[in-house]
Amino acid sequence: MRRDASITNNLDWLTLFIYGILVITGWLNIYASVYEEGASMSIFDLSLNSGKQLIWIASSLMIFAIVMSIDFKFYESISYLIYGIVIFLLIFVLVFGTKVSGARSWFEIGSFFKVQPSEFAKFATTLAIAKFISQPSFRFNRIPDLVAVFGLMIAPMLLILLQPDPGTALIFMAFIIVFYREGLTPYVLIIGILFVLLFILTLFIDQLYILLGIGLFTAVAIGFAEKTLKRIAAILFIATITVGITLSVDYFQTNILQPHHQKRLKVLINPNSDPLGDGWNVTQSKIAIGSGRIWGKGFLEGTQTKFDFVPEQSTDFIFCTLGEEQGWAGTSFVILLFVILILRILYIAERQKSKFARVYGYGVASVLFIHFTINIGMTIGLFPVIGIPLPFLSYGGSSLWGFSILLFILLKLDAHRMQILIR
Amino acid sequence: MNDQRKIFIRLAIVLIGLIFIIKLFAIQVLSDNYERAAEGNILQRIIEYPYRGLIYDRHGELLVVNNPIYDLMIVPMEVKLKDTLEFCRLFRIDRETFIQKYEEARNYSVIKPSIFIKQISNEDFARIQDKMIDFTGFYISARSVREYPHTSLANALGYVGEINKSQLDKDTTDFYRMGDYIGISGIEATYETALRGKRGVKWKMVNVRGVEKGSFKNGQNDTLSVPGLDLISTIDLDIQQYAEKLLDGKVGSLVALEPSTGEVLSIVSAPFYDPNMLSGREFSNNFKILSSDTLVPLFNRPIMAMYPPGSMFKTVQSLIALQEGVLNPDELIYSDGRLIGDLAPNGYYDLREGIQYSSNNYFYRVFRRVINQGADPNPFIDARIGLNKWREFVTKFGLGEAPDIDLPNPKSGYMPSVAYYDRIYGEKRWKFSNIYSLSIGQGETLVTPLQMANLASIIANRGFYYAPHIIKSIGETGSPDSIYMVRNYVGIDSIHFIPVIEGMERVIRNGSGRRAYLPDIPVVGKTSTVENPHGYDHSGFMAFAPKDDPKIAIAVYVENSGWGARAAASIASLVMEKYLTGDVKRKWLEDYALKGEFIY
Repeated sequence: MRRDASITNNLDWLTLFIYGILVITGWLNIYASVYEEGASMSIFDLSLNSGKQLIWIASSLMIFAIVMSIDFKFYESISYLIYGIVIFLLIFVLVFGTKVSGARSWFEIGSFFKVQPSEFAKFATTLAIAKFISQPSFRFNRIPDLVAVFGLMIAPMLLILLQPDPGTALIFMAFIIVFYREGLTPYVLIIGILFVLLFILTLFIDQLYILLGIGLFTAVAIGFAEKTLKRIAAILFIATITVGITLSVDYFQTNILQPHHQKRLKVLINPNSDPLGDGWNVTQSKIAIGSGRIWGKGFLEGTQTKFDFVPEQSTDFIFCTLGEEQGWAGTSFVILLFVILILRILYIAERQKSKFARVYGYGVASVLFIHFTINIGMTIGLFPVIGIPLPFLSYGGSSLWGFSILLFILLKLDAHRMQILIR
Repeated sequence: MNDQRKIFIRLAIVLIGLIFIIKLFAIQVLSDNYERAAEGNILQRIIEYPYRGLIYDRHGELLVVNNPIYDLMIVPMEVKLKDTLEFCRLFRIDRETFIQKYEEARNYSVIKPSIFIKQISNEDFARIQDKMIDFTGFYISARSVREYPHTSLANALGYVGEINKSQLDKDTTDFYRMGDYIGISGIEATYETALRGKRGVKWKMVNVRGVEKGSFKNGQNDTLSVPGLDLISTIDLDIQQYAEKLLDGKVGSLVALEPSTGEVLSIVSAPFYDPNMLSGREFSNNFKILSSDTLVPLFNRPIMAMYPPGSMFKTVQSLIALQEGVLNPDELIYSDGRLIGDLAPNGYYDLREGIQYSSNNYFYRVFRRVINQGADPNPFIDARIGLNKWREFVTKFGLGEAPDIDLPNPKSGYMPSVAYYDRIYGEKRWKFSNIYSLSIGQGETLVTPLQMANLASIIANRGFYYAPHIIKSIGETGSPDSIYMVRNYVGIDSIHFIPVIEGMERVIRNGSGRRAYLPDIPVVGKTSTVENPHGYDHSGFMAFAPKDDPKIAIAVYVENSGWGARAAASIASLVMEKYLTGDVKRKWLEDYALKGEFIY
């Protein structure tokens, strides 16, 4: 009795409420993107994505019930086990997986049921990293700890890269935000940003010029800086790292990145460079969203998504349907919901007494934040086209389940935060 | 330190949210480019071409009809050809042309239809219709081209052609699009706005593959095409065809008017061509042929060719002198060949005889009286005053001015003014002796055949005319443009026409125009043998009949055919006979005119 009461009393209803709105918004928009005028169809039709999504939503409710009924201490204790299972599945899928659009990322069980283990890797990795960081002995400035925690992050990344699904692999970078919160030196973050900047730069400018630029910059910096040995050494160190990044970026591009990835990045900067080829997705996505104006064309009234101008409308580009039919009002509303949700999760994380729960909360927020940023950013031309879903809205059983479990575990931990003794 | 980091992370989240909302505001609210691009994506504009108005002759005979033709359209993205060779064979093009056209279409648009082969004829269409199913990505779009069933009246009807760049730029109403057809000359051009009708537009929604997905907004923006207005011409097809037959193989013009209305009964520009040559697929080839012809068949001679009026002009000189009161028609004036070259014998002439024998010396004296009226003792100034008066008169006759005819670019001819002679000789440095050749319609004077037909009409009406026009009814109105309902008076009292007409009647009965004599119908006319410094003289003639109830006024010029009495008078007379009696009894004259050997 007491335990039940504590669940309902302590459950963060606001989070759950936003979750509900996002999921239903997603469901309606999935219907809108498969809807065809004239054809008699139902939103519940199981042969349509909207009908299937309803099954995923209903089963997510069951997942909710299961997650809530399991003892909260259990999640911490089986973190590594879950992580291990997922890592195993990620290896397994490379061998036995089904190839869908060039990537071996799916298990096909029967003809209806497909599972994408990389979606589950998100919460599994969050759990494992939270568990690892929450060890009392853990220190970010201890090299073995640092290597180990980055190892936890990079292991699934590498396996997913092998599928290859670089988009999903990229998501795991989200944990750097968690590390930063938990005490990782900000230089890692700065170097990360530098890496991205140089990465984009090398796509457009010859490597030689970048190296010359770095040289010039270093010379000027030394010229103006205090002439202490320490300062000069620091500047030279940064310069060396930058040069290293530039060289490695070039290597990464020519040897790892496939030509179509390079093109996508170029298209991001100038979509008109290839409007019918690689610019198509970005251009059409922006057209669909932009044509919604303030209030949108109305539910089921969208033309760009309905007539297949936007690719992957019910999955990666679900935001286009929303933008076209609900307009700026709809897109701003959903963005606001996401921002509130993520901030709320951070608030929840910070009120945890257990470090495990707090780190886990930050992991949840970071994973959602990265998805939110990249997915919406790509639909409005601020990010290259990277095939990752918009949490809770995009069609897909694995992704909805993955995000639901991710969030529900946090809600479960949060509901029991008072039962934690401070160590 | 951790607090600072917490804030950084939260700031980053809010910042990203803000950036998105602002960027979306820019895309969705501030810019309407995307909305237009979205419509461009899904909307396919289908033009429904209206039927161009038909043109009838005065008796309801169809002069211009529309003939269905078909354009072969291509949508490059959908093209799946199993057998390109078969396709090329069927459409009678070679492989290179096919590849070239395909590339052009691709460059225009991959998903939008563009024209692949223009204007496939009805017969060809029947041949390929069944095979179209094999040619995925190709469609047939129906349109119509002009057809001229009687092959007559080429220059007056004009032709229709694809609009060119400069015409597009001039189109301020934004009616035309690239590739549209527009009337380029003749009636097709002057009545373009009536004939063209209104295009209909249907908006279809298409998906990304160009598959139709129904009408846009239930067709509320669609418009139906409105067919162009039909025109009823003043032309009498019978007379027109007869006149063309007579002028075949010659270079010249014929204009026949109905004096009581100004309606053009017949207008011939010789040499002429089959107007069907400039319609349909062979347009550009035929246009090249016609425009490189040294006899310039595309030149609409009756309204554009300018010749000196010659002796026909003596009628105008007589009327001006009579109106000015400087000439008594019964006065006998001794005219010898002293002053100007002449074919008429020396002797005493009154006005009727002067016209009958076309005495150059008589009219030299008449014109001198008009010019030198003694208004100023200085002959240089006197001539200026006289010429000014004279020019006022000729202008009222519609000479030296572009007529108001409803055909494009009618020429004004030329009637010299005081300013002109001042420019040539210097102010007050010319007098009658410098300008006397005007008296017999030579010198600087120039007229078009249409102006001479109108002159015949003025004389027939005893002093007024209706502006010549070729369309008597636009659509259902039953009436022409209002400017053609106005009676224009030339400023000569009708009484002065009596002696002139009597003189002109004598020309026919007993003068140079005897070939134009009709036994039962009094014909009134005047010949001209127009001096031509470049070769044989031009043959000119104007006439009207019957004398007291004029039904037809006519002017004919035949180039390089010598005396007006021969070629022009014969042809004009035959056309009048045909029009007035419905038949030609004078076969000998017809044979003579058809044979066309006028210089002997």
